[in-house]
Amino acid sequence: MVPLQAYLTLAAFIFSCGLYGALARRNAIAMLMAVELMLNAVNINLVAFWRYGPNRDDLAGQTFAIFVIAVAAAEVAVGLALIIAIYRSRKTVYLDEIDLLQG
Amino acid sequence: MPELPVEIPIPTPHQAVFIMVAVATGVASLLVVTNRNLFYSALCLVGALFGVAGVYVLLEAEFLAITQVLVYVGAIATLITFAIMLTRGIMFGVTSPNNRYMFAVMSMALLVFLLVAGVVDRVPWAVAEDLTLSGDGKSMIVDLGWEFVTTYALPLELIGLLLLIALVGAVMLARDDE
Amino acid sequence: MAEWYQVLMTALVGAGVPEWIATAVALLAGVTAIGLVAPLIALILVWLLRKVISRIQDRIGPNRVGRFGLLQTIADIVKLLSKEGINPSRADFMAYNLAPILSVFGVLLLFAVVPVTRGLIGVDINVGVLYIVALGSIGIMAALMAGWGSNNKYALLSGFRVVAQLLSYEIPLVLSMLAVVLYAGTMRFGELAEQQGNFLGLGWYVFLMPGAALIFFVCALAESEQTPFDLLEAESELIAGFHIEYSGMRFAMFFLAQFLGGFVFAWVGAAMFLGGWQGPGVDLPGIGGFLAAGYMMIKTFAIYLLMIWVRGTFPRLRVDQMMSFCWKILVPLTVGLISWQMVVQVLELPTPVIAVLVLVGNLLVMGIGLYAVGRAIRQEGFRTKRAFTPDSLIGTMQPVAE
Repeated sequence: MVPLQAYLTLAAFIFSCGLYGALARRNAIAMLMAVELMLNAVNINLVAFWRYGPNRDDLAGQTFAIFVIAVAAAEVAVGLALIIAIYRSRKTVYLDEIDLLQG
Repeated sequence: MPELPVEIPIPTPHQAVFIMVAVATGVASLLVVTNRNLFYSALCLVGALFGVAGVYVLLEAEFLAITQVLVYVGAIATLITFAIMLTRGIMFGVTSPNNRYMFAVMSMALLVFLLVAGVVDRVPWAVAEDLTLSGDGKSMIVDLGWEFVTTYALPLELIGLLLLIALVGAVMLARDDE
Repeated sequence: MAEWYQVLMTALVGAGVPEWIATAVALLAGVTAIGLVAPLIALILVWLLRKVISRIQDRIGPNRVGRFGLLQTIADIVKLLSKEGINPSRADFMAYNLAPILSVFGVLLLFAVVPVTRGLIGVDINVGVLYIVALGSIGIMAALMAGWGSNNKYALLSGFRVVAQLLSYEIPLVLSMLAVVLYAGTMRFGELAEQQGNFLGLGWYVFLMPGAALIFFVCALAESEQTPFDLLEAESELIAGFHIEYSGMRFAMFFLAQFLGGFVFAWVGAAMFLGGWQGPGVDLPGIGGFLAAGYMMIKTFAIYLLMIWVRGTFPRLRVDQMMSFCWKILVPLTVGLISWQMVVQVLELPTPVIAVLVLVGNLLVMGIGLYAVGRAIRQEGFRTKRAFTPDSLIGTMQPVAE
């Protein structure tokens, strides 16, 4: 068997990648992709803990993962709609150029 | 011939597959956030999502793996690619894809990873002794469905409502008013 | 794991091969079998399509190369392969070259779960039905990559259309398959076929759920980009769709993927609605297995011939008609069908009553669906007449002023 730590480390790595992307990228779509990576990392943890935990008949880990996937779908739909709307009015998707409120 | 101080373990097939999937997923997710070309980023995202589905298969959560492919690759990645193409006018600019906090963020992310990895390594996880799954995969899917309509009935309804609101909201936001 | 795998493993291990080599050999054998048989099937499919379409259109079709033109396809493939593979200037190299490979890959993966006979399934996974739908998304990505990578606006437009069409029709497709899954209580193709074995192997779900079967067939046509949903490659508006810039080997791969895609959906339809390998006499010792495989192939080719018939007879839909047909007719109908079936199955009724109620629901859905389609066609008739008046805005791509 693969040790639980291996899964958790993989998840930590993907989460860090997502964290970097979400904070460092200028393009809103790239940030959205990075957020998806972070959500996936969390899901790996949830499923790994379900698999290695003491009570595998309780499917809470998988259930939560499915809820996360559903929320991610909703998030992407709204997020991309926002990005398209901003692109239409400001002709950019670089977040540091969207500075209407800074006057 | 001197004895090696540490015995190098030969991975079992399961472990070998895990190593391959993990490396592929990790490299793909790294490429997602470092690629300059956004379209390649999206392709790498698809690869990373497939890799995560592979990790679910290794964890014997088949249903979740297929759901992952269906929702993430089939819908989310496609939507993202769509958005990239719709906003393609500014994609190949000479400006940097990263903002000015890039190096600070990079070191922070590295720090987070090292911290979490270190913690993960040292915590004595309460891993169960016997890791075999009771019942076959089909009974697990049945159980999962049953959980959704009994224990998690209210969250399920809320998720449905959330998805509906998100869809309507997305249509309202992205609609052309003129 | 499926039976063929165990038989092969036992034989290999019995011959003294170490277990891990035996595993590798068995898996490789399965993969190679699928990878080789699928293109050979495609040869037959292309010949069949050309021959049948020709007969529908009162022509003879290929008749020069080989007997009945059987070798025509091989000659065509030799020609295609000897053509120059052209890289368009400023094409996105990776996307452009990866797309054809991905599209074949996505279809070949589907062959892994469809059943041939009892025990002869690549892998009989627990989520077989969902797997078919999920892996269809690889084809979407491939088309999008091809459209984007070709650096051609028609290809890109077609790529957008592919996404719109395939994603939309995935929903009624899943729901119509869910009708069967709900009734059978399993997503395994092996078990689905077993459950249709009563009444001398004729207890097929198509008799019980004709509505779901019809909707599945329509969605399968759309998912495999066949007429009347082939506006993704409408010659008059998009030249040839997302593969306009492709030639030679890479075009052949798209071609292969398209034919095999239609065939896989025919296969899945036969497995889910036409009883799979079930038929009279499949339980006989000895010839039973061959009979079963024969039934499976006959049913699959029957559905495929039906697809060709549709292709030879129906005109192509317009893009707005295609979308509104999906979202305004198919999706509400399938949602209604599923809800009805869930209510019927939750009530604790005797099995024959459930079956009759499901059948009634399906017939109702078919009736409403056909009525809605008929109404839409009549309205389209008025619309077309109006389109020829001098002040008509239809056809100018402008929204009608309120």
